[in-house]
Amino acid sequence: MSAPLAPGRIAIDHVHMEVGNGAGRFEALHDVSVKIDPGEFVCLLGPSGCGKSTLLGALAGHLAPARGTVRVDGDVVDGPHPDRGLVFQQHTLFPWQRVIDNVAFGLKMKGVARAQRHAQAHELLASVGLAGFESRYPSQLSGGMQQRVEIARVLINRPRVLLMDEPFGALDALTRARMQQLLLEVWGRIRTTVVFVTHDIDEALFLADRVLVMSARPGRIIEDRTLDFARPRDAELVTTPEFTALKRHCLQLLHRGEADSPLPRMSPLGAPLATS
Amino acid sequence: MSAVLATPANAPDEPWRSVASWLAQGASIVAVVLLWQWLAATHAKFWLVSFENVPTPIAAFDAGRDLLESGKFGRHLAYSLWRVGAGFAAAAVAGTALGLAIGRFASARRVLLPPLELLRPIPAVAWIPLAILMFPSAELSMVFITFLGALFPVLLNTIHGVEGVDRRLIAAARSLGTGRWQMFTQVILPAAAPSIATGLAIGMGTCWFCLVSAEMISGQFGIGYYTWESYTLQSYGGIIVGMLVIGLLGLGCSALIRFAARLAMPWAAGVAR
Repeated sequence: MSAPLAPGRIAIDHVHMEVGNGAGRFEALHDVSVKIDPGEFVCLLGPSGCGKSTLLGALAGHLAPARGTVRVDGDVVDGPHPDRGLVFQQHTLFPWQRVIDNVAFGLKMKGVARAQRHAQAHELLASVGLAGFESRYPSQLSGGMQQRVEIARVLINRPRVLLMDEPFGALDALTRARMQQLLLEVWGRIRTTVVFVTHDIDEALFLADRVLVMSARPGRIIEDRTLDFARPRDAELVTTPEFTALKRHCLQLLHRGEADSPLPRMSPLGAPLATS
Repeated sequence: MSAVLATPANAPDEPWRSVASWLAQGASIVAVVLLWQWLAATHAKFWLVSFENVPTPIAAFDAGRDLLESGKFGRHLAYSLWRVGAGFAAAAVAGTALGLAIGRFASARRVLLPPLELLRPIPAVAWIPLAILMFPSAELSMVFITFLGALFPVLLNTIHGVEGVDRRLIAAARSLGTGRWQMFTQVILPAAAPSIATGLAIGMGTCWFCLVSAEMISGQFGIGYYTWESYTLQSYGGIIVGMLVIGLLGLGCSALIRFAARLAMPWAAGVAR
């Protein structure tokens, strides 16, 4: 990643969102307003089904708000764009393409020549620790590797905003910790704006500059807290008293904001997901 | 979902078991041939079924040898292969194109699917008289019949494949800057490819099913024609030869497509098996 990225400024202005069809339609987000500075790493923290993925879907341009506007660098978001890269919980790599072609896909769509896009994809794969896996198919990789490829595939477009929907939620604890470290390393080099959705308090506090805690349906932001843990961060941080205190605070907030019965997990594409 | 001819599900884990399994399967076939020989040789007669005019396996073998020695086999084969090949190629193109449109666009589905669904239950054989009236030559009518045979399996499997494309993949592709046309060529088509390949393999089989009926209107050549001619000339051994050749060719051509699909799609484990 040679040329510097221009991180995006996000402005979410009085956004209401509705999800579902017919009688099953409900308000997923109620009057959400947030401003996110360029290069900021923001975690959206909330219980399952609180609408944090729906908000991510609106940022990605896959879902349209019922009211209000979502802007990136002043432009109203009205559809998906490679400037706003989206990483899903379950990878969405193309099973018919080798790793290198998956990563280079965005450049192919822009009409970049094969040799050039492969060179960039090589570089990016190396930076996420996957040098040597170029000619594998996605099904031949572990879950953690698949997510690394997914992230590399999004980063090749040099997005102004990186949107992540519980990207490590399906990984085992050890792999998840490694991936969090890797993400911070990559982000240290390419300071794009990150909006990271999670229901894992540790994950949110470990990664973010700023945590937005959301209540259960209809989702509202009930706390907006800036974290001043020093960077670079390592696993030690999680055991410090400051971290633990903050974690307790978030836990209380989440309990208070919880719905009576657990809600199904939503997707940035709208409907609740059938599995997980 | 793709099994036309299912293989036994229990994979043998030890070599001697595998050998024993093959022996048992071979013995079963030999037993059937012996039974057939006995029934035909003794002119066995049951309540409804008579083996009086059924040729014995030996007679069929002789007829096969005669066919090879007559030098006409190559020509019969060439004509049949051309008719199946042409009909199949047309069905592959039309079925895939229509299937992609119907599977992807609700408007195309509304306009195109109802008439196709009405035509689908009509067997290809029933089209023969109309096909003769519609096309200038018998040759084209026969190609049309084989085309009909392959069209619907290809079409339905393509629709199924397109509808089954993970919408998350489509969303991800849009987020990566994929345009409308690129979505078709880069995402929908490859994602539906395993299903299309299954349709092609089944369609190849049904092409051969339709061949005998189609070649009943043939003037002089074709394996199906040879089978029918053997009946009218009372050379009953030839009927068996024709049946077996058609069965083997259908099986072989389908296997060829499955093999090609596996080569072309190494990423799709178990594709079109």
